[in-house]
Amino acid sequence: MSTTAPVEDLTVDHEVVDTTLSSRSRILRAIAYAVLGLISLVWLGTAVDGGTAHLVFDGHTVGLPAKATVIVVGIVILAIAAWQGVRGFGRRATPWAAGIAFLLFMVAFFSWVSTQGTNPAIDVVGLLQNSIALSVPLILGALAGVMCERSGVINVAIEGQMLAGAWAAALVGSVAVTWVGLFGALAAGAFMGVLLALFSIRYLVNQVVLGVVLNVLAAGLTGFLFDAFMANDSEKFNQPGVLGEIDIPLLHSIPIIGPLFFEANIVVYLTYILIFGVDVALFRTRWGLRTRAIGEHPKAADTVGIKVLALRYRNVLIGSAIAGLGGAYFTIGSVGGFAKGITSGNGFIALAAVIFGRWSPRGATAAALLFGFAIALQNNLSINTHAIPSYLLAMLPYVATIIAVAGLVGKVRAPAADGEPYVKQ
Amino acid sequence: MKLELRGITKRFGSLTANDHIDLVVEPGEIHALLGENGAGKSTLMNVLYGLYQPDEGEILIDDVPVTFAGPGDAMAAGIGMVHQHFMLIPVFTVAENIELGHERVHGILPRIIGRLDRRRARREVQEISERYGLAVPVDALVQDLPVGVQQRVEILKALVRDAKVLILDEPTAVLTPQETDDLMKIMVALKESGTAIVFITHKLREVRAVADKITVIRRGKVVGTASPDSTPAELASLMVGRPVKLNVDKEPAQPGGAVVEVEGVRILDDGGAVTVDDVSFTVRGGEIYALAGVQGNGQTEITEALVGLESVDAGRISVAGADVTRMSTDHILGLGVGYVPEDRLHDGLVSSFSVAENMVLDLYDQAPFSGRLNLDLKHIAAHAEQKVEEFDVRTSSIGHAASTLSGGNQQKVVLAREMSRPLKLLIVAQPTRGLDVGSMEFVHKRIVAERDNGAAVILVSSELDEVLGLADRIGVMYRGKIIGEVPAGTDAEEIGMLMAGQTAENGETAS
Ligand SMILES: Nc1ncnc2c1ncn2[C@@H]1O[C@H](COP(=O)(O)OP(=O)(O)OP(=O)(O)O)[C@@H](O)[C@H]1O
Ligand SMILES: [Mg+2]
Repeated sequence: MSTTAPVEDLTVDHEVVDTTLSSRSRILRAIAYAVLGLISLVWLGTAVDGGTAHLVFDGHTVGLPAKATVIVVGIVILAIAAWQGVRGFGRRATPWAAGIAFLLFMVAFFSWVSTQGTNPAIDVVGLLQNSIALSVPLILGALAGVMCERSGVINVAIEGQMLAGAWAAALVGSVAVTWVGLFGALAAGAFMGVLLALFSIRYLVNQVVLGVVLNVLAAGLTGFLFDAFMANDSEKFNQPGVLGEIDIPLLHSIPIIGPLFFEANIVVYLTYILIFGVDVALFRTRWGLRTRAIGEHPKAADTVGIKVLALRYRNVLIGSAIAGLGGAYFTIGSVGGFAKGITSGNGFIALAAVIFGRWSPRGATAAALLFGFAIALQNNLSINTHAIPSYLLAMLPYVATIIAVAGLVGKVRAPAADGEPYVKQ
Repeated sequence: MKLELRGITKRFGSLTANDHIDLVVEPGEIHALLGENGAGKSTLMNVLYGLYQPDEGEILIDDVPVTFAGPGDAMAAGIGMVHQHFMLIPVFTVAENIELGHERVHGILPRIIGRLDRRRARREVQEISERYGLAVPVDALVQDLPVGVQQRVEILKALVRDAKVLILDEPTAVLTPQETDDLMKIMVALKESGTAIVFITHKLREVRAVADKITVIRRGKVVGTASPDSTPAELASLMVGRPVKLNVDKEPAQPGGAVVEVEGVRILDDGGAVTVDDVSFTVRGGEIYALAGVQGNGQTEITEALVGLESVDAGRISVAGADVTRMSTDHILGLGVGYVPEDRLHDGLVSSFSVAENMVLDLYDQAPFSGRLNLDLKHIAAHAEQKVEEFDVRTSSIGHAASTLSGGNQQKVVLAREMSRPLKLLIVAQPTRGLDVGSMEFVHKRIVAERDNGAAVILVSSELDEVLGLADRIGVMYRGKIIGEVPAGTDAEEIGMLMAGQTAENGETAS
């Protein structure tokens, strides 16, 4: 390689003009911040009519001068917007800036809510607790989606897998002991996974259509079986009980953090493990490398001796079992019994979380938490603030979510072979 | 390890791609496979590699019949392959691509958990890349690399596994002459250590330089063997079945007015790095202007900017009198610009579309292919039939997906489409990459014909012979700049020096 230009010359050694984001995405982000800042300053600023906002943290009430808070927050967010627009944040600082802007905005928003109507105090920790509780099944569903789609199989059937899991957990938990229901849920999810894998990988059925069909199948089947015997004889078949709360020693007595994260049931702890486990496995292990390979370019994976179809089967099965576990949270994880359609669309929200989370376990978890928070917020507000038009209320958390997501999530790119069956010649 | 193929037959529907092929490859020999585009060379190799299942015939290793259910089996038997179309995962790093399939793991329970030992993988890649002198940036994403470097990654991928039989399917198509020479040295060294090599290429110089045996395939059948001492003309006519002209025939250019004017153009990539730096040149109608240079020195970017696919940071481009610096691609093509991109599979074709559809990608919305609301499928089919005939595209039906065509035939589809309307400017990047000698002769004739019709032609090629044979004027690019402009007839030596960044005045590396 004497006279050939060395590789460095071709690829790396160029004069670099700007290492941060491209100017387009910089401007887009700046606009997102500016919208948040303006909502806070102009809309909330004029709506707040003075008085003190009360925020409750774990029993301690904090009073904030509402109008001043809202205005200060608005100005700070606009400053972030200005910095973003003019200079831009580095790659590391970008998510922090987005997180801080979002948090500040929520403070302003609560200040406004707290001065409305009956002047309610906002229980922040309680709200976050609800958010996490609502997020757990979303996270599990999203992890299931990530597992499947990273291997190149679109999983629209998360809802059906969760529903099957919820149903089986209730049944098995009733017939045996509550916690055995978890195995029922895993098995039911995996069963739905077998159908998904078989028809998509073997028979090459369009995966989106297949997913929809599987959802309908799960709804019909669990509904029918529920009517057939669970509803009449619920003593025997639909009283699985609820998984007990396990307090982690020491950790659970940390203020705020403890009650939020370490006073929960086994499903929640399994969720922590799975988030961490799937994330590490996907990006740091042989299995993960191969999984990502078959989701990007199955033929290339085949040429280095990876058994593409076998790995896809396996991942779809494991993923679907995880979704089944998420379903168990609806029955033995919370209310202690099955009802028709108990998952009520959570599987579809999980699917959205997969995409907003850019097909990464971490991202999907963050997205699921955000959605969980939005739902919890809406529940909380509809109790606390009768004075405000409910349609506005229902909208606001989602507006905030969308803006935050637009700010955080850049270009979204699915695995290249997502949904494409692999056929050998 | 001795390898034998007996009566291998592979059919795709009604098409017989391999028709009872017999082939013996001895250890320590370089066995060249020659054949036209679509002759069935890649298909045969894919069968040997376990990627395709043969319909008839058997594979013997050291006289023992074997069956390969998949590439895993072939690899286990000691067969390695460099594929004609890269089998690389664009979003993986070079190291990840090379280790995929035989990953190094460490940590607790390494067999079960399989935590990747990235450091060891990187070190191994570094070692092997140094051992063979194939430099690659270990941590770069493959999608960010120029094709020449991707090819090196692909070669390393096969070398790292210590194959006893190594299949190289057109590994030199995207390499520079220097890189090709290096690869041929590696091949000879491997051969001397007992590796058997099957070498597919369309470049007769290479065959003559390294092959020990030559087998020629035409339309799926072995039509004969040749000795490496045969002249290029003999080999060419054996391959194509008729005498082939290996030099370009053309009259001196008769340039008219300026068609393309590029002034002080600067282009940045996504990361803000300068890829084209203050480039200016003019191309007149009726002349062929070549942008020569080692791949990745800005030629791709400047041609993409000419057709509006790359945004220009500074400077000005005009085509046929119109300022196209900020114009959309659609409008630029509408001015009478034809563009043959260098990466046919990604940028030149929609590979899941049929041949006929690919032939009208740029014309589908115009008469006669478009009715008021609908496409006129009859016209589209007739057009495709005629072009397939004219450009000798080998396919059994114009309804087949472009992805099923052989590499060279895909290239012909792109060329046929771009040359099927009146042009003021024709931009061709690596136009004969992967083409057999017969097709190359034809394409060169067509390019010269466009010139003689008064079109300006911009040729980007890393093939020095092609540049010398076709161009009327040559601009050599190095690190984003045109560091020298020379007339046709300049000797190859001087251009080679320029391509390596050495100008006559300084005798030093310009930067
Ligand atoms: N998957 C497929 N489906 C249908 N036809 C195919 C398929 N793969 C190859 N063919 C056809 O088989 C024939 C042989 O193709 P092959 O790729 O082996 O040619 P080749 O000799 O490698 O040509 P080139 O030099 O252009 O690479 C071609 O006519 C091609 O269209
Ligand atoms: Mg080929």
